[in-house]
Amino acid sequence: MLEARIHSVETFGTVDGPGIRYVVFMQGCNFRCKYCHNPDTWNCMGGTIQSVQEVFEDIIKYKRYIQGVTLSGGEPLLQIDFVIELFSMLKKEGLDTCIDTSSQTFDPSNLELMAKFDKLMDVCDYILLDIKHIDDSKHRWLTGWSNQGVLDFAKYVDSKNKTMWLRYVLVPGFNEDNDSLNKWKNFANTLTNVAKIEVLPYHKMALDKYKKLGMDYALTDTIEPTKEMVDNANKLLNGKE
Amino acid sequence: MREEWAGFKPGKWCDEISVRNFIQTNYTEYKGDDSFLVGPTEATTKLNEKVKALEADEVKRGGVYNADTFVVSTITSHEAGYIDKDLEKVVGLQTEMPFKRSLQPFGGIRMSEKALAEYGYTLNPAIKEIFTKYRKTHNDGVYDVYTEEMRLARKAAIITGLPDSYGRGRIIGDYRRVALYGVDRLIKYKQDFMSTLKGDMTDSVIRSREETAEQIKALKQLKVMAEKYGFDISNPAKNAKEAVQFLYFGYLAAVKDQNGAAMSIGRNATFLDIYIERDIKNGVLTEEEAQELFDHFVMKLRMVRFMRTPEYNDLFSGDPTWVTESVGGMSIDGRSLITKSSYRLLHTLYNLGSAPEPNITVLWSNNLPDNFKNFCAKVSIATSSIQYENDDLMRPEMGDDYAIACCVSCMKLGKDMQFFGARTNLAKCLLYAINGGVDEKLKIQVSPKFEAIKSEVLDYQEVMEKYNQMMDWLCDLYVNTLNTIHYMHDKYSYEALEMALHNNEVRRFFATGIAGLSCAVDSLSAIKYAKVVPIRDENGIAVDFKIEGDFPKYGNNDDRVDSIAKDLVVNFMNKIRAKHTYRDSIPSTSILTITSNVVYGKKTGSTPDGRKAGEPFAPGANPMHNRDTKGALASLESVAKLPYEHARDGISNTFSIVPNALGKDVSSQTKNLVKLLDGYCSGGGHHLNINVFSRELLLDAQAHPEMYPQLTIRVSGYAVKFNKLTKEQQDEVISRTIHSAM
Repeated sequence: MLEARIHSVETFGTVDGPGIRYVVFMQGCNFRCKYCHNPDTWNCMGGTIQSVQEVFEDIIKYKRYIQGVTLSGGEPLLQIDFVIELFSMLKKEGLDTCIDTSSQTFDPSNLELMAKFDKLMDVCDYILLDIKHIDDSKHRWLTGWSNQGVLDFAKYVDSKNKTMWLRYVLVPGFNEDNDSLNKWKNFANTLTNVAKIEVLPYHKMALDKYKKLGMDYALTDTIEPTKEMVDNANKLLNGKE
Repeated sequence: MREEWAGFKPGKWCDEISVRNFIQTNYTEYKGDDSFLVGPTEATTKLNEKVKALEADEVKRGGVYNADTFVVSTITSHEAGYIDKDLEKVVGLQTEMPFKRSLQPFGGIRMSEKALAEYGYTLNPAIKEIFTKYRKTHNDGVYDVYTEEMRLARKAAIITGLPDSYGRGRIIGDYRRVALYGVDRLIKYKQDFMSTLKGDMTDSVIRSREETAEQIKALKQLKVMAEKYGFDISNPAKNAKEAVQFLYFGYLAAVKDQNGAAMSIGRNATFLDIYIERDIKNGVLTEEEAQELFDHFVMKLRMVRFMRTPEYNDLFSGDPTWVTESVGGMSIDGRSLITKSSYRLLHTLYNLGSAPEPNITVLWSNNLPDNFKNFCAKVSIATSSIQYENDDLMRPEMGDDYAIACCVSCMKLGKDMQFFGARTNLAKCLLYAINGGVDEKLKIQVSPKFEAIKSEVLDYQEVMEKYNQMMDWLCDLYVNTLNTIHYMHDKYSYEALEMALHNNEVRRFFATGIAGLSCAVDSLSAIKYAKVVPIRDENGIAVDFKIEGDFPKYGNNDDRVDSIAKDLVVNFMNKIRAKHTYRDSIPSTSILTITSNVVYGKKTGSTPDGRKAGEPFAPGANPMHNRDTKGALASLESVAKLPYEHARDGISNTFSIVPNALGKDVSSQTKNLVKLLDGYCSGGGHHLNINVFSRELLLDAQAHPEMYPQLTIRVSGYAVKFNKLTKEQQDEVISRTIHSAM
C-alpha cells in the first residue's frame, strides 16, 4: 500500500481551487522560499505517515460537502506516486482533483518521471501553479532553485490542455515592479489554458511560526503590499482596474 | 364567515382554533429573490435613531436606563407608553416609558431587590413587605422544600442556572391567535373547557379549573391593556396593521406578566404575510408600508428588557431576552413556508442595523428555495445575527407549525410547553467520580461518600464505572430538584397569559441540560488513549493532571473519541428517562450552555484533558477551543454525530469563521456557506450559530467599543452585542476556534 508523509488537512478549503475542497498539506519541500508561510512542511522526514487508503477514506467522509480535493504542501509532487494513486481513487468517486505545486521536481530529461507526469495529467483536473518570478536569478534568490523547471512545467501542462490557475505572490521590493509584472504576464500570455490569475498579497502572518520553530525570517524588513500595489498588479496581470 | 376574514380561504380554522390550518389554507409561497425589498421609511429611520440614542444612554447609565421600584408589573399595571406616538405604527411598551424596566417580584423578591440595588435603585419598602410578609414567591416556595443535598449541589455548581429565583420562561404563547380570532373567541374557548371540568374534584380537576380561571382572567386583562392604547381587540384583526398590533399586544402582555429567562415569540412572519398579501391585493398597503410594519414590530421586540442580577448576567450575559422568532422551514405537503415576509423579517437587520434581538432562527431544510438560502447566507455574512436549526430533523415529529423557544428548544405552537431545567456539569461530575464526591474547589463532600480512585494512573474502565455511578446520583438529584422548582413555579408564578394562548390540553416537556460535554469527553479520551496521572493535594483530592502522550480530541471527526461523546449523551439521557418527572412531562435534554460555559469553567477544577482550573468550557456542544484542528467540516461532523433523538431539546453549535476562509468573494462565500449548511443538516446536525468575522475585529472592538455600538455576534443559541459582554466573556469569545484559511 502506498504511503505518504502528511503535514495536516483542512476539511473546509475554499481558497485553493474551485468550490469547497478538502485540502491535504503534504510534507516535504525542496524550495526554501523566504516568505513561505508553512516552513514546518519543509522537512521531508517530518509529518505523519498515512496510507493512501486512510487518506482516501477520510476524504470520502466529506463527500456531500466538497466539490473536490486539493493536494498542497509542502510540495505534493515529491510524492507523485501517492498523488496519482489517490487522484485515481477520487476520480472514481466523482470528485475533482487539483494540485497546488511549484513543480520543482519537473524534469523533461527524466523519462521515467515524465511517464508519471503523463499519468498525473490523466487524473488531475486543475493545477495551481505558483510562478514566483520570471527572472531566474531572482527566483534563485527567493527559493534557492532555478525557475526553469517551473516554466517548463507550465508549458507542459498547457500542451496537455489542463486548466491552470497561475498565482503570483506579490512581494514589495521583489516582484511588485512593473517590469517584473509585465515580463511575467508576457510569459503567461504564451499559455492557452490559464483560467485564472490570482494575485496573492504577501503577508507576515508566518512570523510567529518562524519564531516558534526557532528559524530566522529573512524578510523581516519587507512590507506587506499596499492596496495600490495590489491594484496595479491586478491591472497588469488581469487587466482589472 | 366573519367579515374580518373576508378574502381568506375558509377551512377548519374558521370553526376551531387552528392557526396552522389558517396558514396552510392561505399562505403564498415565494420563491423569488430579495430584489423586491425596500429600505426604511422616514418614520422608521427617525424612530430607530431615537431608540439607538436611548440604548446608548442605557449603556452610559451602567446598563439600566430606568427601573420601576414600586409598581408591580401585571398585564394592566402601567399606562400606555410610547417612543414617539406619531411615528409608531406598532405601539406598546412594558412600562409607561421606553427602557424603564418593570418590577416583577413573583419569582423572588430578593432577586428584585438585589437587581435594583445593583443599579442604584431602592425597592419600595411597602412592596418588600408585601412580598415578604403577605405574598409568598416562587423562590420562597422552592427554598421551603429544597433538601440539604440540593442546596449543596447548587452551591458547588454541579447543577447551576436553575430557574428557582427567576421566571423559567421557554413557554411560547400562540400570539397569532389574538390577531386571527380576537380575544372574545379565545375566552369562550377557555370557558367552554371550564364547563367540562366537573365531577369528582380530584387534585388534577381542581388544578385545571384554577388554571383555566387564571387564563380567562389574563385574557380579560389583555383586552384592558390594549384599551389603554386605544385598541379593542375583542374581535379579529381587520388588516395587516391590526394583525401585527394585536399579535404584539399578546406578546407584550406575556412579558409584563412574566420575566422568564427566554420569552420567545414563535413563528409569525408567514402568518402575517397572509394579511399583508390581502392588503396589497386590495390596494390598501404598499411594500414600503409592509416593510415598515415589520421594522416597527422588530424595533419593539428589540426593546424588551428585564431587571437582572449580576449572577444572572454571568450565566446569560449581554442582557438577552430570547425573543426568538423562527422563520422558514417546510410544510408537510412539500411546499416551503417561505413568503415575502420571511425576507422582510430578515431585512430588518439591514433597515435597523444588526442586533441580537429578536433571536432570528432560520429553520433550514435542504428543500428551501435556493433564493432564500442564498439570502440567509448573505445576511449571515453581513451581520452574524442569525442562527440555523435543522427543519428536516425536527419536522417529522414536530410538524410544520412549531417554533424554537430560547435557543434550540422546539415546541408545537399552542400545543406544547416545556419546563426549563438549566443544566448540569458533566465535567465536574467526572471529577467527583475521581474524588469520591468531594468537590475539588470547595473541598467538601457533596455527593454521598463514594470511594475515590486511588491509582497512580487513571484506568479507563475504573473511571467509567465510577463516573456511571456518580451520574446516577447526579441525575436523580437533578431531576428531583427540577420537580420541586416546577411545582412551585406553577403554584406561585403561573404563566396564565401564555398558557391562555395554548390549547386546553398541552404536551409538556421536562427539559434538562448538559454543560461541559466536550471537556468531559476529551478527558475520557485522554484517560483511554494517553496516560493521565492525577496530582493530588494533601487530602488526596486530584487537583491537577499530568498527561503523557497524545489522544484523539472531539471536533476532528474521529470516531474513537466522538463515540465517547455519543455514549455519554445516551447514558445521561437514559438516566433522566428513568426518573419521575413533574406533571407527566416528557423528559428531554439539551447540549447548550448559553454563556454559562464561562461560569461553569470558573467553578470547575483542572480536568484530565489538560484544561486548567477555572478555564472556560466550550459553549454548548462545541469542541474545546482550538482543539478542532482539521478544519470546519471535521468540527461540524463531530457535533453532527451527537444523537438528536437523545437530546431532542437541542444540540447547540457555535461556528466562527473569518470571511476570507469562506471564499474569495461574496458570491463564493454565499455559495460555500449554503453548501456548508446543507451538508451539516443532511448529516443530522441540529443547530448552528454562524459568525463571520476575524479575531482582529473582535480585538479592535474590545479596545474601541465606541466604534462598534451595533457589533452583534452569536454566542450560544443567541446573539449578543459584543460590547455588552463582560471582559471575561469577551476574552472567551476571542479565544474560541475561528476557522481561517491556512
